[in-house]
Amino acid sequence: MAKEKKGVRLEHISKIYQDPKTKKEFYAVHDTTLDIEPGTFVTLLGPSGCGKTTTLRMIAGFESPDEGEIYLGNEAINALTPNKRDTAMVFQSYALLPHYNVFDNVAYGLKIRKLPKEEIKKKVMDILELVELKGMESRMTNQLSGGQQQRVALARALVLEPGVLLFDEPLSNLDAKLRVTMRTEIRKIQQKVGITAVYVTHDQSEAMSISDKIIIMSKGKVEQIGTPREIYYHPKSRFVADFIGEANFLEARVEAVKGEKAAITVSGQPLEVNNFAGAKPGDTASLVIRPEAAGLSEDGLLDCKVTLSTFMGSYQYYQAKVGDVTVQITDYNPVNKKIYEVGENVKLNFDPNGVYIL
Amino acid sequence: MAKSQNARLERKKFYSDPILVGMIVVLLIFLLLFILYPLLMLLVDSFYTEGRVTLDVFKRVLSLQRFRKAFTNTLVLGVITGLASTLIGLLFAYVEVYVKVRTKVLKRLFSVVSMLPVVSPPFVLSLSMIMLFGRSGIITRSLLKIYDSNVYGLGGIAIVQTMTFFPVCYLMLKGLLKNIDPSLEEATRDMGASRWKVFVSVTLPLLLPGLGNAFLVTFIESVADFANPMLIGGSYDTLATTIYLQVTGAYDSTGAAAMSVVLLSLTLILFLIQKYYLERKTAATLTGKASRARMPIEDKSVTVPLTIICGLAAAFVILMYIMVPFGALFTLWGRDYSLSLKWFQYMFKTSGLKAFKDSFVLSLIAAPLTALLSMVISYLVVKRKFKTKGFIEFVSMLAMAVPGTVLGIGYIRGYANGLFRTGVMGGLYGTGLILIIVFIVRSLPTGTRSGISALRQIDASIEESAYDMGANSARVFFTVTLPLIKDSFFSGLVTAFVRSITAISAIILLVTPQYLLITCQINEQAEKGNYGVACAYATVLIIITYGMVLIMNGLIKLFGTSRKIKEED
Repeated sequence: MAKEKKGVRLEHISKIYQDPKTKKEFYAVHDTTLDIEPGTFVTLLGPSGCGKTTTLRMIAGFESPDEGEIYLGNEAINALTPNKRDTAMVFQSYALLPHYNVFDNVAYGLKIRKLPKEEIKKKVMDILELVELKGMESRMTNQLSGGQQQRVALARALVLEPGVLLFDEPLSNLDAKLRVTMRTEIRKIQQKVGITAVYVTHDQSEAMSISDKIIIMSKGKVEQIGTPREIYYHPKSRFVADFIGEANFLEARVEAVKGEKAAITVSGQPLEVNNFAGAKPGDTASLVIRPEAAGLSEDGLLDCKVTLSTFMGSYQYYQAKVGDVTVQITDYNPVNKKIYEVGENVKLNFDPNGVYIL
Repeated sequence: MAKSQNARLERKKFYSDPILVGMIVVLLIFLLLFILYPLLMLLVDSFYTEGRVTLDVFKRVLSLQRFRKAFTNTLVLGVITGLASTLIGLLFAYVEVYVKVRTKVLKRLFSVVSMLPVVSPPFVLSLSMIMLFGRSGIITRSLLKIYDSNVYGLGGIAIVQTMTFFPVCYLMLKGLLKNIDPSLEEATRDMGASRWKVFVSVTLPLLLPGLGNAFLVTFIESVADFANPMLIGGSYDTLATTIYLQVTGAYDSTGAAAMSVVLLSLTLILFLIQKYYLERKTAATLTGKASRARMPIEDKSVTVPLTIICGLAAAFVILMYIMVPFGALFTLWGRDYSLSLKWFQYMFKTSGLKAFKDSFVLSLIAAPLTALLSMVISYLVVKRKFKTKGFIEFVSMLAMAVPGTVLGIGYIRGYANGLFRTGVMGGLYGTGLILIIVFIVRSLPTGTRSGISALRQIDASIEESAYDMGANSARVFFTVTLPLIKDSFFSGLVTAFVRSITAISAIILLVTPQYLLITCQINEQAEKGNYGVACAYATVLIIITYGMVLIMNGLIKLFGTSRKIKEED
């Protein structure tokens, strides 16, 4: 449906803001370079204040970068105003025009492009069918539910067949259940239409479920770019590991290295791990263990002492101490498993191939 | 950190929108020419004579006993009116928000009383004051048989101004009181405080900046007021009337210019304190929305006396206004109270029709221009980023602090011989156009203020979304912004019309015999003592303005009110 899928390229983009209180300038976005391929769904993910929305608004043209150049397709668009850019945005608050009905909201951009009336009508009706709002075209926007308003906002952006579709936390005003439904739907429609989409969110499960690629941002900088799997299983920094999912960090010292294998000590306990290529004896590292990848048993890798044991329904939740470090463990489907009680000395178990270091 | 690229890009984006740039340029020229330039000319006149900078004019003016007296008079009057208006306004507001009022009548009275000063010309109350309490007043002469009653002077003006301005305080304070979270007061009551203690220790301190604000606003209004001191002042001259007499009586326009600078400095200082200090403080103490409805005070020992006091005060104000049509209908005030239409006939036989036509047409032209202009300014100020934005906002608000008389003198000095006395644009002076411009300048601040507050309610992303879909600034303004602030636009339209048709202070200095204006006619007739004719004019004027308000309200209902989009927080 899109005339032409366009990629988005950010080259060394920086944006400086001034703190309204201290009057100090700081980088909201710092030296960010991104290459978003045509037709992919890319999510900018990060805690609030990480610069993700600023990045999106620079792509849309509402903010101008202080350094660097933004390309849409092959066109440098830095100097273009938002109304001249081949982008369409779905706003957090939907930003539907409250004095227009559904049809006129969706037709607004087409009318500006001076399309013939018949064509406008056909396009609007087609797109309303796509977002399953057929028959609602004469409703006023305040007569719609949150989810329906969301669809109008999406339709209004899609109908312009933009080179790239921008989403600014579009689901944050919906309730939890609807959020899940809508994100699947947005993904479906995006794949059907084959449009390039840049999506901003702070919700990691949303980002995981919807994206081809996730860009994790923190303090104005890109921390890591990768598929959801890569980000989850191979975080490049402690920040990413901590931000995506739950993670336990165990400090380790490298004693000897032999190819991929390494002998390390964790809280004074020796351990052998596999994927330690490149480490040198004497290095310190963090082992990252996801709670669901760890377990307790009589024989295991590290000694630990149970400090908390709680039945959560689908899993038994433990906290256990390895040396001074508290480790969280979620043991799923605990129905026939042995439950360890507080104060028991047991072993922490995990796949030594599955841990990774930072 | 280098921000140059951002600035360069923003500039590029800005200039790629020629309509926006055009709008701003036109606005800047308008504000410079018709607000700043006339005021600048006053400064030039008072500091620069015969080619050199001097304080001679000031020395001369300051040595005038008359002027010094007028200065203290103005301050005394301002303080009295300010205090009285704030107190009465507070009383009305408190009763409306806190006290359980049994009768609906009182509520209606309140709304009528707060509405009347808006639709009536500024000096109507002076007229009725004279007719009720003057030498041949109904109450003084006919009822109480006092034959030497004197309403002229400080007392008369103060009463009349208070009645004219207290509704402004009432509306301001009502808004503030509604914003006080009832749980604050309930908490102190719960800790054992009496109602009076709660009022003194919670309500009043929270309201204090607001009270200061209300006081200063009325103070400024009082100081700037021209018509009431003119009619009922007698020998009690204020700065505004002294300036007027200096021009029209002594033909000393440089002296008047210097006096204007003094008056302007006074109002300007008050205005700056009010706007940049008190208004902020008010906003800081009263930001919270009331979490739930307040339990009104039902205690009879509180409700009964307050209701009676407010009811009497409101009734008195309404009585004053009712006097006006009767003044026009009685054969001879003070002597012969039989009804006749002779004053109306006299009015229409002389210059009545022309005056109504001129006033009506000029105001009708000025009103939509004002409303549109103030919406454009609000849009630019709230929604756009550009360099001269602060300047535009400041100057259009500054006009609020400029007394009409000062503006009038400024126009005389600035345009009588063309721009900078070069003859350029000299044709403007004495035309209807300059009157229209004065109307616009005088109503611009109110319209802009209401536009700005309406626009601040609208989520910025709504306009951004239209912009994002390809609309340029002009299109965004006309298809999104304006429809969303329709209410504010229409009310701006009514206010501008009413303010224009009832204006006098600046206009009386600029009007030429070519145009007859109702307000000037009323003033002239009242000065001559022809109260019957003055009242006839005033009656028709009130009917016109009230009619316009009704028509406009009808139109607003017809077009549907715009749904307010509250910002998500």
